[in-house]
Amino acid sequence: MQIYLPIAEVSVNAFLLLGLGGIVGILSGMFGVGGGFLLTPLLFFIGIPPAVAVATGANQIVASSVSGVLAHLKRRTVDLRMGTVLLVGGILGAFLGVGLFNHLKQLGQVDLLVNLFYVVFLGIIGSLMMVESLRALRKSRRGAPPARKKHNWVHGLPLKMRFRTSGLYISVIPPLVVGFSVGVLAAIMGVGGGFIMVPAMIYLLGMPTKVVVGTSLFQIIFVAAFTTVMHASTNHTVDIALALLLLIGGVVGAQVGTVVATKLRAEQLRVLLAALVLAVCLKIGLELLLEPSELYSIAETH
Amino acid sequence: MWRALALLCALALPASAEEVVLGLSQDSVSISTDFDGSEILIYGAIKRDAPMPEEPIQVVVTVAGPSLPVTVRRKSHAYGIWVNTAAVEIDHAPSFYAIATSAPWDEAISNVEDMRHRVSIPHAIRSVGAPMDVLNSQTFTEALIRIREDNDQYQLLENAVTLREQTLFDTSISLPANLTEGRYPTRIFLTRGGQVVSKLETEIEVRKVGIERWLFVLSREQPLVYGLLSLAIAAVAGWGASALFRMIRQQ
Repeated sequence: MQIYLPIAEVSVNAFLLLGLGGIVGILSGMFGVGGGFLLTPLLFFIGIPPAVAVATGANQIVASSVSGVLAHLKRRTVDLRMGTVLLVGGILGAFLGVGLFNHLKQLGQVDLLVNLFYVVFLGIIGSLMMVESLRALRKSRRGAPPARKKHNWVHGLPLKMRFRTSGLYISVIPPLVVGFSVGVLAAIMGVGGGFIMVPAMIYLLGMPTKVVVGTSLFQIIFVAAFTTVMHASTNHTVDIALALLLLIGGVVGAQVGTVVATKLRAEQLRVLLAALVLAVCLKIGLELLLEPSELYSIAETH
Repeated sequence: MWRALALLCALALPASAEEVVLGLSQDSVSISTDFDGSEILIYGAIKRDAPMPEEPIQVVVTVAGPSLPVTVRRKSHAYGIWVNTAAVEIDHAPSFYAIATSAPWDEAISNVEDMRHRVSIPHAIRSVGAPMDVLNSQTFTEALIRIREDNDQYQLLENAVTLREQTLFDTSISLPANLTEGRYPTRIFLTRGGQVVSKLETEIEVRKVGIERWLFVLSREQPLVYGLLSLAIAAVAGWGASALFRMIRQQ
């Protein structure tokens, strides 16, 4: 069934969009990532103009994150206090990021920069997670007791706050900094930033994996909502019809994903996410390295 | 419409002995939600005041989409990766362009006439000034044509116009699904020995209708409301799915 999208001005298969939304939704519920880093390139691939794909992707992420957070709230696996602290940093970072993005757009080469950001960040995070979670998986298989939480430099900073749900008593500075940097990256890369946020929460802040997913989703809702309104009001690139189809698939997928996540062990979950992140990294990396079949590209300048 | 057409004929080439009387299967295309391309039938007759000359007449039909400036970028290998290194702005490139002729291109129209009336695809694109530092700026225009031809946005349909008895002609132009809104200038040329003897211009109006139109207008005129509306839909859908699944699980 073909459907014409009013803002994207292309006609696409409705079931394809539902399926795409569903896959991204499952990932969202399983890993606590918004799925933007996967959805946006997939939308490019099926012929949605990049600007529309980025903006509408953000809108779809709001829906699947809301659905995911509600499921996690029921399970009490959302650290609202930590989420709020991260969010404050995130919004400030997004402001800076949007400014930076517009500046780079004037210089040209913004596409290259976005792709390089993807490769570098997905590559680093993917490999770190993969190594760490494989090690953890091997350890737990041997039956050794899990390593006790180590106190690192993060715990020596002032302005300490108690995060009950996470079982942490740490300074608010690291979460603010994490939120801020993710906000900057999110605005530049046009994603919610979950794939950076989740590992940062686990490895930098030392939060338990179960809480990380819900808290990340909570924070993503607001960053993605902010991005959506910014894009809609300045670039007119949010396509409601596209978003609606993606999010119908997405919200259902998110619920399925949350159920799947409770059936898997935390280490397995992390290995899977790492593999996914590395796969996307590899794909974007190859595009930069291999000679493209068409050297020329067309951009409409309105 | 007939009066408008007659007026156009009168204004365009009053002294011509042969004139086009035109019909269109539709003079407007509505883009609704289930739009996936459209076929337009263009037909007509040639009216003559004088006896027909020996040499056969040919018909050339063009349909153009709205012209927009585009930037064509070229990648090259630098620092081990493929990056955009050169760009050329093309001032006017129709978003859609189809030409149908009643004979092979070379017989249908001469080069001089093609240039004068901007009939062929390369002439329909206007590139005023390429930056001085870009070599072979022509290759950028060629790339634009190549990419758009692959997408069926640019079509050269030789021998696609059926001409009967040197008088009646018809052709059909298929408009692709990814159509841009706007006025589509449509031209019909009558040529003899490559020379244009008569010309008629009209327009096909392409516009979004119904909910497509409403959403498009809202997104342009009330962007903030539109943004908040899309957020609200997202939030409600997220909440709805969550509630639905809870109900299913409880049963």
